[in-house]
Amino acid sequence: MYKPETYLAQLGNRSETATGTVNPPVYFSTAFRHEGIGQSTGFDYTRTGNPTRQLLERSIADLEKGDQGYACSSGMAAISTILALFKSGDAWIVSEDLYGGTYRLLEQGFKKWGLQCDYVNTCCLEDIEKAITPHTKAIFIETPTNPLMQQTDISAVAALAKRYNLLLIVDNTFYTPLIQQPILLGADIVIHSATKYLGGHNDVLAGLIVASGAELCDALAFHHNGTGAVLSPFDSWLLMRGMKTLALRMERHEKNAKILVDYLSEHDCVTDVLYPGRGGMISFRIIDEAAVNPFLQSLSLISFAESLGGVESFITYPATQTHADIPLEVRTANGVCNRLLRFSVGIEDSDDLIGDLQQAFAHVKREALR
Amino acid sequence: MTDHDFSFETKLLHNQHKFDPATGGVSVPIQHASTFHQSDIDQFGKYDYSRSGNPTREALEDIIAELEEGTHGFAFSSGMAAISTAFLLLSAGDHIVISEDVYGGTFRMVTSVLNRFNIEHTFVDMTDLESVKAAVQPNTRAIYIETPSNPLLKVTDIQAVCDIAKKAGALSFVDNTFLTPALQKPLNLGADVVLHSATKFLSGHSDVVAGLAVVKDPELAARLGSLQNSFGAVLGVQDAWLVMRGLKTLSVRMEHSQKGAEKIAAYLKEQPLVKKVYYPGLADHPQHAIQKGQSLGAGAVLSFELESEEIFRSFVNTVELPVFAVSLGAVESILSYPAKMSHAAMPADEREKRGITNSLLRLSVGLENPDDLIKDFEAALVNIAKGEAIAAK
Repeated sequence: MYKPETYLAQLGNRSETATGTVNPPVYFSTAFRHEGIGQSTGFDYTRTGNPTRQLLERSIADLEKGDQGYACSSGMAAISTILALFKSGDAWIVSEDLYGGTYRLLEQGFKKWGLQCDYVNTCCLEDIEKAITPHTKAIFIETPTNPLMQQTDISAVAALAKRYNLLLIVDNTFYTPLIQQPILLGADIVIHSATKYLGGHNDVLAGLIVASGAELCDALAFHHNGTGAVLSPFDSWLLMRGMKTLALRMERHEKNAKILVDYLSEHDCVTDVLYPGRGGMISFRIIDEAAVNPFLQSLSLISFAESLGGVESFITYPATQTHADIPLEVRTANGVCNRLLRFSVGIEDSDDLIGDLQQAFAHVKREALR
Repeated sequence: MTDHDFSFETKLLHNQHKFDPATGGVSVPIQHASTFHQSDIDQFGKYDYSRSGNPTREALEDIIAELEEGTHGFAFSSGMAAISTAFLLLSAGDHIVISEDVYGGTFRMVTSVLNRFNIEHTFVDMTDLESVKAAVQPNTRAIYIETPSNPLLKVTDIQAVCDIAKKAGALSFVDNTFLTPALQKPLNLGADVVLHSATKFLSGHSDVVAGLAVVKDPELAARLGSLQNSFGAVLGVQDAWLVMRGLKTLSVRMEHSQKGAEKIAAYLKEQPLVKKVYYPGLADHPQHAIQKGQSLGAGAVLSFELESEEIFRSFVNTVELPVFAVSLGAVESILSYPAKMSHAAMPADEREKRGITNSLLRLSVGLENPDDLIKDFEAALVNIAKGEAIAAK
């Protein structure tokens, strides 16, 4: 097996022999011709299976060391597809520090259909075990969590899940398989908002699922096709195009993030810096809530935008953006306070990023913190 | 242009097109419109017809102009379309001095198209400034440089040749495809027109065919702009967008691939079955000093000659990792056979004269881990050596 960057660089190469193309074709065809009754090429209708999407699905399964991949039209579509595996009366245990969109889907969506969720600090194994009831069917964790960067010991939770016969679902969006491979640590399902690092250019919306085990894979394939929230051929192709540079991007994101963690930790306008040690995501708290908006408004290089994992640096304000759907008291109790900013560090020159933060902090000191 | 003095890798991501002004979108929208509504009878807007100007293509043109430190960029449907359109700056009766080991497609353009329009040419070894001077004629209107050259990686002193061109009243054209502005900026060394096959490193993913031209002088820009519009070999909007997307990772890609090329060149140099390695990053390359002086690195393309055509054939048949194909500058490493690929348009005797033998291979190093490539080459070379040993018995 080649090294991951070699695998990524050659993604889709040698995928067909008819033309020898180095880059896989985009199959827009919605239907596939059959020679006769019962004679399928393996492709019938594009929702069920598409050659371009299949290449992406194979790749993510290989990278995550799972058995099968499923490409969905968004990260949320990936989670919804997994939720279709459950039924009324089932319960999930979920990381309490959680992406707001997942929280909204569970609380405003699946709760109505009888799925109960218990939110716990999944970093604490005892808390998870205490929350398990006879109805519990799965544990869903984000690690590192968004935006507080807490890490869960995947192997320990996996052992617990096995003991209670629960599915372990891990959202691996922040680390990608280059840093963390949850299936090797015992997880059953890995999901990604591939819009983030995997796509990497802030121009594709996509979700990916990887599962391990034949029975689970068949059930997911059934719902992936049945629910139909599949990724389009063009976006599948664009996502693979992005993945070809994933290793290089990740290396630069992480290198820059470490430099910025050092810078932010030293700055007197910053009270805390949260960084899990790997990857390109940092959160930090500004000294005063009144400084947040002036700070964001005076950034000139870094964009104030929602989302993460792209080549360009983004700073997000979880309180009003990603976590707006979590009630104020829940969010504040968890630590997502109104002084917290989340920083997706891009691949720019780190000196240029520091320069931008420096001038924004200087502006805040002059104007807002007098 | 931006008013910040950002470093090159930051400029790749932050330029005047980083946001769509209407929506705040962080990716340039693809404007498929071929024509644009005009709201004033007497004064048409900036855009009227997409061949003459399209906002998506224009974004790419602005970006490449900034990266090359020129004033105007022009996007074309292929590298050859960019080169051909630039040659149209010349007129019947003019003369071109051109690198002798120029890309086969440019060779074909000069020797079988421009000659019919009565535009003459002289091929010279651009590394020899005296021959360049000697080749200049009273009607010389352009000197065409490719550096490092393809496929022998000969390095031309850009500034010195541009000086010769200036004195002769000729334009200097530099094909900057191999190094890109990440490593070399010919306009700052005196060149008038920089040309690119953007299919290669600039776009970088083996999935777009595109050409770019950049100039500094506004008057020259007006002439080239008019030719781009009248000749019409413009780049489509989807492709313009894909090139821009590729550009965002140019810096990290070049850095990785160049490091790999250095490592592989050093490895190949030590192999007994390898006769010669051509790479300007090697200290014993004849123009190593010039290369270091005018660029930030030697790039990610190297060529090497195997001991015999037979060895060459078994090598190509045994290696598994690089693609055996034309083109270069991609995420995947590409091994090419100049004699039958890029330089097939050149007659055999001309080729041999230039050193493009039948056992020469060109390698464009991609984004794989270079150790995986070396392992692959090592396996092939060991296999050949074994075969030779058996044959010797």
